[in-house]
Amino acid sequence: MKRELVISKIREGTVIDHISAGKALLVLRILGIGAGSKERVSMVMNVPSKKIGKKDIVKVEGKFINKDELNKIALIAPNATINLIKDYEIKKKFKVKPPEIIEGILTCPNRNCISNSNEPIKPRFHIFIEGNRVIARCYYCGKKIKDVDKFIV
Amino acid sequence: MGRFRHLISIDDLSKDDIIYILDRAEEFEDIAFGKKKSNILEGKILANLFFEPSTRTRMSFETAMKRLGGDVINMTAQEASSIAKGETLADTVRVISKYVDVIVIRHPLEGSARFVAEHSDVPVINAGDGAGQHPTQTLLDLYTIRKESRLEGLKIALMGDLKYSRTVHSLIKALTLFNAKIYLISPESLRLPDEFLEDLKGDIETANLNDVIGDIDVLYVTRIQKERFPDEEEYKKVAGSYKITADILKNAKEDLIVMHPLPRVDEIDVSVDRTKHAKYFEQAFYGVPVRMAILCEVLL
Repeated sequence: MKRELVISKIREGTVIDHISAGKALLVLRILGIGAGSKERVSMVMNVPSKKIGKKDIVKVEGKFINKDELNKIALIAPNATINLIKDYEIKKKFKVKPPEIIEGILTCPNRNCISNSNEPIKPRFHIFIEGNRVIARCYYCGKKIKDVDKFIV
Repeated sequence: MGRFRHLISIDDLSKDDIIYILDRAEEFEDIAFGKKKSNILEGKILANLFFEPSTRTRMSFETAMKRLGGDVINMTAQEASSIAKGETLADTVRVISKYVDVIVIRHPLEGSARFVAEHSDVPVINAGDGAGQHPTQTLLDLYTIRKESRLEGLKIALMGDLKYSRTVHSLIKALTLFNAKIYLISPESLRLPDEFLEDLKGDIETANLNDVIGDIDVLYVTRIQKERFPDEEEYKKVAGSYKITADILKNAKEDLIVMHPLPRVDEIDVSVDRTKHAKYFEQAFYGVPVRMAILCEVLL
């Protein structure tokens, strides 16, 4: 008998597949899921993937992700696939796509940037892909961020 | 409508825009010298908002505006303004942009000029934002190079503080548009950041001055800026680590020009001032016609 890793199906909610290996915990943080959260969550990490070698998967019962959360996920897991589930069926399936410009999701690592001052300002970044990586560039000071997950608010 | 509403970064300009400004500046030289009169900016007011010290940039903007018939108001002492009472830069700019037709700003935080442009009703010109951009300096540097040497096929060495110098960062970006061969000469700790280099597509290499002095058309020297060092000990380690003398220039090409954004401390010996190579005082003057061209572009 073939031995398989099984995670139970969810009745209603979101399945995030093809998350870059090791980023599932960060995805949960982005979704606001942590100690004390009520949602039923299952997660697997470092499972083999034909597409990206190794991947993580997150399933959240009773939660449909919003656009802001989607944008954040796209920053750290640009290959992720989102499945919206209703009555155990996939109602909608799509790939995340990093937006060209994001606001208020990252902070600029340049401490001397105006976006880190006490001015009324929302950090804003241009997003682009270099190779397989998501890169952010501060709209104000031009600082480039290669490890975006470290600077997510 | 001109080619640009604000001038925040040299990256916002195409090669064509740059050449256009340099050509326009050429037309303003006689007015900048005071040989001809003009009232082309009569009735226009410029606000100089300088949150960091400046002599040349502030005064050359003022000269440019006044020689074209315009007027200038200054906010130099931060203590005298509402900023000292805790008003945000955004509010300050919202108010001042109701008084004037153009704002020139120098501020210690990077990205400040772009932020100010978002809150201003009138054009904003960046006169230096921290270690970020200083586009009007870049344009006057390019003007000097074109006037006193040549822009196409140029071989230039940039020497000094390549890490913190906004002047150098902006100039390198612009020079790559003109396919210049660029040599970088600096103390180890003040090298151009790798992150900056990896984004540039140009003919750029690090070098020693002795190896290239006989080959270059322009030697661009910068001051080590004490105020940009996060740690004074780091500054002390490199202060005074290079100096251009008339002796060093004996091996240079006949038509080599030496440039410096000024102020200098001791990077260029006064003996160089008397050589035909010294062009830094002319360079400072060219700030006036170049800024005239920029002001006309955003105001008319």
